[in-house]
Amino acid sequence: MRLERVQINYSIYIAFIQVYFLLFIACSFRGVDFTSGIKQIGLAVTELVIDQLRRICGSASTLTSREDKICYSYDGTPLFYQEPEAILFPETVEQISEILKLANQEKFAVVPRGAGTGLSGGSVPLKDSVVLVMTKWNKIIELDEANLTVTVEPGVVTGDLQKTVEKSGLFYPPDPGSSNVCTIGGNVAENAGGLRGLKYGVTKNYLMGFEMVLPTGEILVSGGKNYKDVAGYNLRDLVVGSEGTLGIFTKILLKLIPVPQRSITITSSFGNLTDCGNSVANIISAHIVPSMIEFLDNTTINCVEDFTHIGLPRNAAAMLILEVDGRGDVVDYEANMIMEILKKNNAEGIRSTSDAEQANTLKTARRSAFSALARKRPTAILEDATVPRSELPVMIEKVRTAAAQNNVVIGNFGHAGDGNLHPTCLIDENDKAEVDSALRAFDFIFNEAIKLGGTITGEHGTGLAKKHFFEKSTPAPALNLMRKIKSAVDPNNILNPGKIFSNSPKCESLKLS
Amino acid sequence: MKNPELGIIRAALPDDEILTKCIHCGMCLATCPTYDLTKLERSSPRGRIQLIKAVADGRLEITPTFIEEMSFCLDCQACETACPAGVKYGRMVESSRVLIEDTKENYAIPDIVKKIGLNYILTNNLALRTVAFLMLLIQRSGLQFLMMKSGFLKIFNKNFNEYLKLLPKMKFKTTRGLLKGVSLKPERSRYKAAFLSGCIMDVAFSDVNLDTIQFLLKNDCEVFIPEKQVCCGSLHAHNGEMKTAFALMKKNLDAFLAEDYDYLVSNSAGCGAFMKEYGHLLSDDPVYSIAAGKFSEKVKDFSEFVHLTDFQTKLRPPDETVTYHDACHLVHSQKVSQEPRQMLAKIPGIMMENLNESTWCCGSAGIYNVTRYEDSMHFLDKKMQNLKNTKADVVLTANPGCMLQIEYGIKKYGLKMRIEHPATFLNRLIKE
Ligand SMILES: Cc1cc2nc3c(=O)[nH]c(=O)nc-3n(C[C@H](O)[C@H](O)[C@H](O)COP(=O)(O)OP(=O)(O)OC[C@H]3O[C@@H](n4cnc5c(N)ncnc54)[C@H](O)[C@@H]3O)c2cc1C
Ligand code: SF4
Ligand code: SF4
Repeated sequence: MRLERVQINYSIYIAFIQVYFLLFIACSFRGVDFTSGIKQIGLAVTELVIDQLRRICGSASTLTSREDKICYSYDGTPLFYQEPEAILFPETVEQISEILKLANQEKFAVVPRGAGTGLSGGSVPLKDSVVLVMTKWNKIIELDEANLTVTVEPGVVTGDLQKTVEKSGLFYPPDPGSSNVCTIGGNVAENAGGLRGLKYGVTKNYLMGFEMVLPTGEILVSGGKNYKDVAGYNLRDLVVGSEGTLGIFTKILLKLIPVPQRSITITSSFGNLTDCGNSVANIISAHIVPSMIEFLDNTTINCVEDFTHIGLPRNAAAMLILEVDGRGDVVDYEANMIMEILKKNNAEGIRSTSDAEQANTLKTARRSAFSALARKRPTAILEDATVPRSELPVMIEKVRTAAAQNNVVIGNFGHAGDGNLHPTCLIDENDKAEVDSALRAFDFIFNEAIKLGGTITGEHGTGLAKKHFFEKSTPAPALNLMRKIKSAVDPNNILNPGKIFSNSPKCESLKLS
Repeated sequence: MKNPELGIIRAALPDDEILTKCIHCGMCLATCPTYDLTKLERSSPRGRIQLIKAVADGRLEITPTFIEEMSFCLDCQACETACPAGVKYGRMVESSRVLIEDTKENYAIPDIVKKIGLNYILTNNLALRTVAFLMLLIQRSGLQFLMMKSGFLKIFNKNFNEYLKLLPKMKFKTTRGLLKGVSLKPERSRYKAAFLSGCIMDVAFSDVNLDTIQFLLKNDCEVFIPEKQVCCGSLHAHNGEMKTAFALMKKNLDAFLAEDYDYLVSNSAGCGAFMKEYGHLLSDDPVYSIAAGKFSEKVKDFSEFVHLTDFQTKLRPPDETVTYHDACHLVHSQKVSQEPRQMLAKIPGIMMENLNESTWCCGSAGIYNVTRYEDSMHFLDKKMQNLKNTKADVVLTANPGCMLQIEYGIKKYGLKMRIEHPATFLNRLIKE
């Protein structure tokens, strides 16, 4: 063991105290109560508060048993666990409003939750918080076939919505890997992307209107069925991706499009990552817009094959799954162009199919990638770095470097057509050294992504998991504006506080930066 | 140590390798019938795994809610099929049940009945036959009818009449009574198939057993039925009675090892699934480990076997439309779902209807429909709606539990439909 490890370095603590002190002075000058961020979420969920919550929601919808607390102490994100003080299943907008008013009065935190598949800790409870679960709000309220819109409650499962509208020849394109489980509310709150982002965009491209309970308890309705609407600020773009920090969705109006007439799915494998990355870059620069370009590296291919047994190319360095869709001959034409480009880039085993069932098998396999990687090790920490598409080959290489330099296994896959990669560190969360290596690898990946003009998260959100990177990498004016918006909407900081960024520069963010 | 029972817990629960595999991604939630019903995380596979882990870590005692959730789970293993990470949920819930049994201090009357049934009746051929005979007497003499009509059974439990309807109708003949410890040889023989008559199958589904054997013989397979065989032990293992299960497993290994054979053909998905596990369960046994491994490798479900070896007889086209319900123990435990469909598709002129959500549990789940009658009816309800929509004449399924439950459902919902085992269906189509 090296000597530095044994010694305690007090200089960090001293520096810490100094920074704290300086901030304190700075804040006092500007008349900000610096301690508010810490004080306000005090030990506030007392028995009395729980009684009041029971009165609002009914006892059957207010869970406080130890077992339930354990079962709502996580979402899909590794490493983050915190038991809440209560779990609520409100049934009406008024109940939600009452809960939030009580939270302001008694100063406790409220954490909205959909299906809990989030990958950035968005619905992981905070200390002394109550979780507000929306999964029972699962009605499709109206399918308007004349205007091509659908109005839903936020707890509707994305896949269920897709199946329902497809029966009427309509199409809701956003297709996160978790679509069988995740909710529309969670999708809007995370601005979820998915497999079809390249051609069809992400959740925000389909949000037309919403009803939301604001943190103060007010009920806000915004947007509507108008295809164009420029009256006032665009609140839709403000709330989409707000990660449950600006309000609780209670109704969501979504745009639909007609189902594509036909599609062709293409698979191919590569002997090296460079050829694979170049193929993607070449397809994009040839002005073809496939509905999907999904990338899987060798580790991912093998884990997915272990789960699905569908004959994926186990020896390939990487593979691509692509899809083109549309009308008539155009589809064949584009498919052929893509296959030409793949060939030029030394792709092997190029196959194409227009059989829906086969295509579905491939997509289902791809959707399982993240969880399938966990076959290798107990913990899979996945990231979401995204770069301009032309930089994809470079970024794929950087991920390899990160793994080699930090001596961790990283499985890499993602929505290659969007420049959105999901490098996944495979470790054991109980092994502290491994966790540290993984965090160092991600640090490297994020820095490289930002150097390439990219972002730390393309679709999973910031939540708790990427908060410190976000605060570090966001220019002060943008961060300050976001903080101002948050405190204007949620003056007492009761709704999912401390997610995305800390609202007041608390020690939390200092410690990590 | 927060939990004084941690020693027992550690011994009963699977090792860390299995316990820490779940990454709580939630991908299994969509397939879990109990989560579908309650929308509560604690009745989801992900939630239950967290509870089991909490007990294993000593963060949670074995509380009534814990016990309730472990018993509410159907052990249908749909979550295992759905889990990309390969979490062995079945092993976790089953060992939690062992743990619950091991740490129980008092037994309620239903527990005692269950224990007697599992440990003394199913394990003993004579006792099983005696009980079957008594049941036959009650069922066929009109006594059951009187008991149900008089309503006096409701003193014990308001659902008692329903339990009686769910019980299998006893048959006058049983397989091993009929074909005692024999090898049956057809004229030409392609394969030698060993056959497990089973416990419930033997006394209550002897007709299915006979159909299976006849079909195998007609397909040029020699059939070997060891005399000393016993119940496979699956019901015991699923209900936390591991000691008895191990004793039964070893008896069966001795019985089947008496002769060499190509495959062991099972016509009960539950038994097949469990016999495929012998190898794993006995992998540490100094005496039986190798034999158990070999034994398990040879186990094949009836449909798997027939699909593999193909029909040798001419079949006439069926005049009824058919649909297929996946028994959990076949599709989820054994991962056999294509073979039965491919086998049926080979029947000339067959009319198959697709059953929506065919892989969802019907609520039979071993003895779940008796131990948790009301919950079980929710799951049956979903299944019957889907079956009704197929408008099929016959529903085929390869597990005795599912057959009883769906038969009960057909009567309850007044459907014009018949439940049948694939072996019976095939056997009826043989052209003489
Ligand atoms: C295997 C797997 C694959 C995935 N693939 C993708 C993918 O391809 N693309 C992608 O973008 N994401 C993906 N995800 C991430 C995740 O599924 C999405 O972020 C999804 O939108 C979360 O939805 P949820 O219902 O589970 O919400 P939760 O995880 O419960 O919550 C997510 C956030 O939304 C907030 N929230 C939930 N409901 C409401 C509401 N009614 N009002 C206000 N706020 C609310 C919560 O507070 C939280 O901040 C994947 C996850 C998994 C496990
Ligand atoms: S059991 Fe599997 S699918 Fe379910 S949460 Fe755990 S890892 Fe995910
Ligand atoms: S075994 Fe069935 S009921 Fe039990 S958790 Fe898994 S899916 Fe749910």
